[in-house]
Amino acid sequence: MTFWRPSATIEMLKARASIIANIRHFFAERGVLEVETPLLSHATVTDPHVLGIPALTRVGLIENTFYLQTSPEYAMKRLLAAGSGSIFQICKAFRQGDLGKNHNPEFTMLEWYRLDFDHHTLMDEMDELLQFILKTLPAERLSYANVFERFIGINPHFTTTEELATYAKQNINFSGELSDMNAWLNLLFTHCIEPNIAQEKPFFLFDFPVSQAALAKIRTENPPVASRFEVYFKGLELANGFHELQNATEQHKRFENDLIYREKHQLPKVPIDENFLAALENGLPDCSGVALGVDRLIMLALGGNSIKEVVGFDFERA
Amino acid sequence: MAVYSTNEIRGGMKVMIDNDPCVIVDNEFVKPGKGQAFNRIKFRNLKTGRVIERTYKSGDNLEAADVVDVEAQFLYSDGSGLHFMVNDTYEQFALDETHVGDSKLWLKEQTDCMLTLWNGNPLAVAAPNFVVLKIVETDPGVRGDTSGGGGKPAKLETGAVVRVPLFVQEGELIKVDTRIGEYVSRVKE
Repeated sequence: MTFWRPSATIEMLKARASIIANIRHFFAERGVLEVETPLLSHATVTDPHVLGIPALTRVGLIENTFYLQTSPEYAMKRLLAAGSGSIFQICKAFRQGDLGKNHNPEFTMLEWYRLDFDHHTLMDEMDELLQFILKTLPAERLSYANVFERFIGINPHFTTTEELATYAKQNINFSGELSDMNAWLNLLFTHCIEPNIAQEKPFFLFDFPVSQAALAKIRTENPPVASRFEVYFKGLELANGFHELQNATEQHKRFENDLIYREKHQLPKVPIDENFLAALENGLPDCSGVALGVDRLIMLALGGNSIKEVVGFDFERA
Repeated sequence: MAVYSTNEIRGGMKVMIDNDPCVIVDNEFVKPGKGQAFNRIKFRNLKTGRVIERTYKSGDNLEAADVVDVEAQFLYSDGSGLHFMVNDTYEQFALDETHVGDSKLWLKEQTDCMLTLWNGNPLAVAAPNFVVLKIVETDPGVRGDTSGGGGKPAKLETGAVVRVPLFVQEGELIKVDTRIGEYVSRVKE
């Protein structure tokens, strides 16, 4: 067995270290403070499609389930609410069951928050970071509605599950049924749109349907949209960002809805992060934040074909 | 019947899709950061040989196919197809030519091969990776040329034609890699 050996070459690891140093330099120059937050937490995300990895811990005689973080979002927002100013973090994040060429259950994440930025200003900064690290051309930007209209001729804000399902079954060899509209939108996006975008330059997708708002502010336009964006490049989803929701009541309601969805689909029950909600109640400053998959960024920078080529030890060797 | 979840499906597994036995070629995990996960599964239909790609919702199940590979010997061919005998059980099976495919180019009587059975019926046959066959027809070529540079076509006793180096002569035995259909070396009788 050669599984004691790293899955990446030593040359790759040296190049990786230099990219991470460049990221730190990028934020240091902008006066963004580097922070660290706990990887193990009492609570985890309620998002039904992001499953945390539970860890049994024992302090004295007391056993408790903690969770390995799926992202540092809640803790970083607690720092923002406590007056940290703009911050960034490079840390490990963990997600149950995500394993493949572009997925490893343990991965490295870069997350940053900027005070007084909306999601477009943060996209500008993301573009600068990508140009700095990947030497890319300026990114292309299209709204979620525009991209669906352009590639499949459907306006996602004024469609029905039936229309999406019909289009999907005519254009994708798909077996099965999906329970909600967002799942059909995801199927169409990953199969009919993603292969056609972001080949030459990074692609920023913004203003999501409100049903996919996650932790983003909703703007009450006609139709209302969520101030959320995602970044794609060469077949990889690189980052997800929000103009952050500040309203604690609204955030609590979204968590409760997630828990109802989880219960309906027999997904694990999880505790709501009350510390995070308390921080929102205390007051989160107006800010935008984004999380970027560092391993994928390094794959793009160095031409790796799978995550295992750019991390010291992949999941098989962990 | 056993089932496999899309999460545990790997290349080489045999499953039932649209009531046909299929072998998995590839299984790609497609997961938006936030949103429904899918598996894009590529498989080869073992009856038709066609490779198809289909997307499943992650966590959906596929039924396992009762497909086994057994060592067998090629006996003879006649109007009804090619006949094989399983080494362990001496059971005999016939497979028609369309299901034998390219393998028949490399099979002569008494060759050991791998027979694929589905629900106890023969489905396909694979020739061994390397076979030794006699050249029945080739141009004399140039004596003394041992470089193997240009090469020439040679017809083998099974009817297959492969390129061989110029120094290889009619009546000689050669070793062939059946996976790529290429000459490997000469073999002494």
